[in-house]
Amino acid sequence: MGVGGLSWKIGGGAGYGIMTTGFIFSKVCSRAGLHVFDHIEYPSLIRGGHNTYQVIAKVEEVFSHLKKVDLLVALNRETIDRHEDELVLGGAILYDGDKISLIEEDLGRKDVRLYNVPLLRLAEESGGRRIMMNSVALGASVALIGFDFARISSVMRDVFQGKARDTIDFNIKAAKLGYDYVKCKAIEKDFRRELPEVDGKKRMLLTGNEAVGLGAVKAGCKFYSAYPMTPSSSILHFMAAQERSFGMVVKHTEDEIAAINMAIGAGFAGARAMTATSGGGFSLMSEALGLAAITETPIVVVVCQRPGPSTGLPTRTEQGDLKFILHASQGDFPRFVIAPGDVEECFYRTIEAFNLAEKYQCPVILLLDKYLSESHKTAEKFEVSEIKIERGSLLNDEELEKIGEFKRYEFTETGISPRAIPSQEGGIFTATGNEHDETGYLSEDKTVRTRMMDKRFRKFEQAKKEVPEPELFGPQDAEVTIIAWGSTKGPIKEAIRLLAHDEIRTNFLQIVYLNPFPADIISRTIDTSKKTVVVENNKTAQLANLIREKTGKEVEHKILKYDGRQFFPTEICQMIREVMYNG
Amino acid sequence: MVELADLKTVGQPNWCPGCGNFPIWHSLKKAIVELNLKTHNVAIFSGIGCSSKMPHWVNTYGFHSIHGRPLPIATGARLANNSLTVVAVGGDGDGYGIGVGHFVHAMRRNLNIAYIVTNNQVYGLTTGQTSPTSDKGYATKSTPTGVIEMPINPIALAIASGATYISRGFSKEMKHLTKLIVDGVRHNGFALVDVLQPCVTFNRKNTYKWFSERVYKLEETNHDTTNKQAAFLKSLEWNDHIPIGLFYKEIRPTYEDELQQIAETPLARQKIEDINIGTLMTEFE
Ligand SMILES: Cc1ncc(C[n+]2csc(CCOP(=O)(O)OP(=O)(O)O)c2C)c(N)n1
Repeated sequence: MGVGGLSWKIGGGAGYGIMTTGFIFSKVCSRAGLHVFDHIEYPSLIRGGHNTYQVIAKVEEVFSHLKKVDLLVALNRETIDRHEDELVLGGAILYDGDKISLIEEDLGRKDVRLYNVPLLRLAEESGGRRIMMNSVALGASVALIGFDFARISSVMRDVFQGKARDTIDFNIKAAKLGYDYVKCKAIEKDFRRELPEVDGKKRMLLTGNEAVGLGAVKAGCKFYSAYPMTPSSSILHFMAAQERSFGMVVKHTEDEIAAINMAIGAGFAGARAMTATSGGGFSLMSEALGLAAITETPIVVVVCQRPGPSTGLPTRTEQGDLKFILHASQGDFPRFVIAPGDVEECFYRTIEAFNLAEKYQCPVILLLDKYLSESHKTAEKFEVSEIKIERGSLLNDEELEKIGEFKRYEFTETGISPRAIPSQEGGIFTATGNEHDETGYLSEDKTVRTRMMDKRFRKFEQAKKEVPEPELFGPQDAEVTIIAWGSTKGPIKEAIRLLAHDEIRTNFLQIVYLNPFPADIISRTIDTSKKTVVVENNKTAQLANLIREKTGKEVEHKILKYDGRQFFPTEICQMIREVMYNG
Repeated sequence: MVELADLKTVGQPNWCPGCGNFPIWHSLKKAIVELNLKTHNVAIFSGIGCSSKMPHWVNTYGFHSIHGRPLPIATGARLANNSLTVVAVGGDGDGYGIGVGHFVHAMRRNLNIAYIVTNNQVYGLTTGQTSPTSDKGYATKSTPTGVIEMPINPIALAIASGATYISRGFSKEMKHLTKLIVDGVRHNGFALVDVLQPCVTFNRKNTYKWFSERVYKLEETNHDTTNKQAAFLKSLEWNDHIPIGLFYKEIRPTYEDELQQIAETPLARQKIEDINIGTLMTEFE
């Protein structure tokens, strides 16, 4: 990656502690003041299989994972076989020669540096268990990038907080042995990829899911109910850990149907409520989504996509649920669908989601995917001073008293009706999944039905005026305009950077609000752009189809990937070049 | 003082004349009066079915939801505001069929919810198909040659699942039923009131007459309501003699009792402006 940056990858079977090791390395780099993006790949099993953790650390901001690797830490042979071709020219493999016999001829190339470090022997020497090979490798890696050892030990102490003293001490010792081994043999002099330590700026290192959790806490989410499903489960874990300190009730329910219905009950009762799941769980939730809409109960639903159908590829990534999310459940009703593209957006859009849910009294869906949910990125501390909690037309006790005759579903100009919550005097009503009149009483009258449908949709007309327009990144006069949504934002931004080196001017229209849909802007962008292309992590170009549906226009080119993995920036570049020169 | 008149709403029940739901509806209202509950502090949750329309005809907060889900919705509401009196109502199809998973879990949680199941042993609203409590052999539109499965035994299921107030009423015994509801609502924990509710339109077997010839009151025997084994034995009685009344009662901390975060202020009444996440953000450094 050149000066001021490193792409590091560790690989091994599940059970080797790859996740923890990778995270510690990530945090070491982040605490040294570097920008970090990390990315994990793992199959759905607890032991065996092949896990990798990649960390990109740079002086400048980094938006995504990268195809190229500078230093590959191989805890098993498979890691070398699978990832050797990702090594940059002159890249290095750190491995244990006692366990893996590796000679230069094994590799199809001559430029790779082989650093044989006796990981297992040093782990045993440290007095710890064999698994602490990973900590030895970590120490060796940090020595190779030229950081002080103190950086690892302090991160280890924090990450292992709560573990037995022995475990922490042995791990630190193991790391130290690895560190010293590299220094003693002066291997870092050969590697020559020291990273600068740019201390000063303290940044957070967090995943999209953690940012959603932080946003929810800040937004005043008081009730969170969910059923574990990768890649949404870490929101449940985060919320559960904060439950007592922030006065929330977090419930691991019997299934997703209960999860969403409990959230609806809590929303009805006046607590800000959220649930999260993935496509399979959302399938179970879909009936209740319509209930939230017709009862005008605010709820926030987070859907962290993974490839389906059914169980699909449970630990991989895809953007295959957009159309489903937009249409799920019975009947016609307005819903917000918001797709944040990075951790900052995960935080701010989650807060926005809670405000919209209460202002417009309807379900709001936040759409993430595994890549965004589980990758860590460094971010400045979120700016919270401007954040407003907007509860819409939720009446307080005095307002309710003054109002005289309260009609929960009153026909108003905006379609937004006054809202009361149980325990408020004068606010009594029955919410119902059946159609109802202004008071909430059952009605199948045809006029009432029509007016109620219109009222619910009128809210959305209002909402359209409020939601922010999509942002255009990059030069106005680009040769290629990318239109995309969600987690591809990072790889696209990196790709644009790379394309600039080739003097291909590219810009990027990021669609964050998929409903209400910014049809006008997209339509205009298509009209005024030289070449347009969607970049989507799915098979059928769901956004492009949506654009056609809403604007009547066809996005000329489609860059699609649906192998369960996120785009590498270089893949996008290559396909953009094809669009430029062949398209 | 709450009076029956305060519980009147704009509408009138549209159940069939003679429907076993009428006495349940009256008993519920009478119970609210007897308990002198403030109408705005009561919320009644229901699913879908003839009986599930009940919230519309009781002037308290209500939520007439979707099929089989009144318990999770009631759970969310109860956890969001533990100062509310929460009652759930629904049919046997709703609670013991499509919603049976929630039923079991709500009981083991022991939330402070009173759950009235209007058990007519058929699906009323969908015009008389079999239900999970239909007697074996009973012929319906969906089981023209008779039900093959054994019926669910809700009382036994409740005992096994850890409910802490388990009772059965009968639509014809309104005073008795009212008392069961009053005690169930008063009980700090999950209270089941399963009600033998003749469906005059679709259930030709389990009629008022059929039940009248069989029911007897547990209070009039020497049944010990603190004895789980005795309660279980009683729950197995059906056909010749059918016990009604309180089967089992136990004092156990509720789910809510164990949540310190709602010990003082219900979630719905907690302030959410200016929540400080400064320290939490620092933890990510
Ligand atoms: C998901 C779903 N499935 C099916 C139905 C149709 N449905 C409405 S009520 C009902 C059963 C009613 O029986 P029960 O719950 O015993 O209530 P009752 O009408 O007898 O009071 C069914 C199957 C529905 N509304 N929703």
